[in-house]
Amino acid sequence: MALDQSFVGRTYPPTPPYEVGREKIREFADAVGETNPVYTDREAAKAFGHPDVIAPPTFVFAITFPAAGQIVEDPQLGLDYSRVVHGDQKFAYNRPVRAGDRLTVTSTIEGIKSLAGNDILDIRGEVHDEAGEHVVTAWTKLVARAAEEA
Amino acid sequence: MTAKIAYDDVEVGTELPAQTFPVTRATLVRYAGASGDFNPIHWNEKFAKEVGLPDVIAHGMFTMAEAIRVVTDWTGDPGAVVEYGVRFTKPVVVPNDDQGALIEVSGKVAAKLDDNTVRVDLTAISAGQKVLGMSRAVVRLA
Repeated sequence: MALDQSFVGRTYPPTPPYEVGREKIREFADAVGETNPVYTDREAAKAFGHPDVIAPPTFVFAITFPAAGQIVEDPQLGLDYSRVVHGDQKFAYNRPVRAGDRLTVTSTIEGIKSLAGNDILDIRGEVHDEAGEHVVTAWTKLVARAAEEA
Repeated sequence: MTAKIAYDDVEVGTELPAQTFPVTRATLVRYAGASGDFNPIHWNEKFAKEVGLPDVIAHGMFTMAEAIRVVTDWTGDPGAVVEYGVRFTKPVVVPNDDQGALIEVSGKVAAKLDDNTVRVDLTAISAGQKVLGMSRAVVRLA
C-alpha cells in the first residue's frame, strides 16, 4: 500500500546527543581498513588543521541512520521495514566529524514516491554539534520493495 | 584543512590512483560491529537466501566507505571532502571462502568547480559488475 503523502515535510524532534569517542572512530576506521593516521593520531590530525582525530566520511551514517529510525518505525507511517533496501546515500559536510563531538540529528521526510508498487522514502538528517553549528547533512533514500503477488 | 594535491595541478580527466579492496565474511562481521548495522543479510547465509539474495552481501555503506578511500588517500586529508554521494546499484556478493570478494575502485576528475573544489567521479566494480552508480565526491584541493 502506498505511503501517506501527508508525511512529506514532517520533521521529527532532534535526537539526544551522540558523543563521538576516539576509540569508536578507531574501531570504525579499522573495520573499513583505513590506515590514514588522521583517524587515530591527534598530532597527524592537527597537521591537517583539525583540533582532534576525525572520523572517516561515512562514519556519521552510524548516527544518522538510527536517528532515521524515528521515521522508519513510525507506526503511523507504516513502512514495511522487512522489505526495505538502501537506494542512495549522500552527505554534504560543513566540517568532518571529530572526537569529542556531541551530535544531534534532526530528521525530515523530504519525499515519498510510489513507483511500480515500490515505496520510495527520502529522509534528510541535519547533524549539529553541541554549539548548534551545522556539521553535516545526510540524505538517505530507502526503497520498500513491493510485496510479491499472493 | 590542507589537501596534498593542488587545484592548479589537476585537469578534467586527471585519474586518481585506483585501488582494490578485499572483503571477506570476517570483514563484514567486523563492519557490522563497528557500524551497528546487524542486518542478517550481511552475515547469515540462510537468511540472505530466504529473502532472495544469491548469498551474503556486503553492507552498501561498507562499499561506500571503501570507494571514498581512493579520494581521501589522494588528498591526504579526509576533511577535504565537501560532498559525497552514491547509488547502490548491485550488491557485493561475499562468498564463504578464503577469497571473499574484491571491490575495485577508480576515480577521475570530472569537473573543476569554484573555491578550489573538484568533482571526482568514482567507479566501483565487484565480480565484473558496477556496484555503485552516480558515485561522486566534491573535494577541496590546496
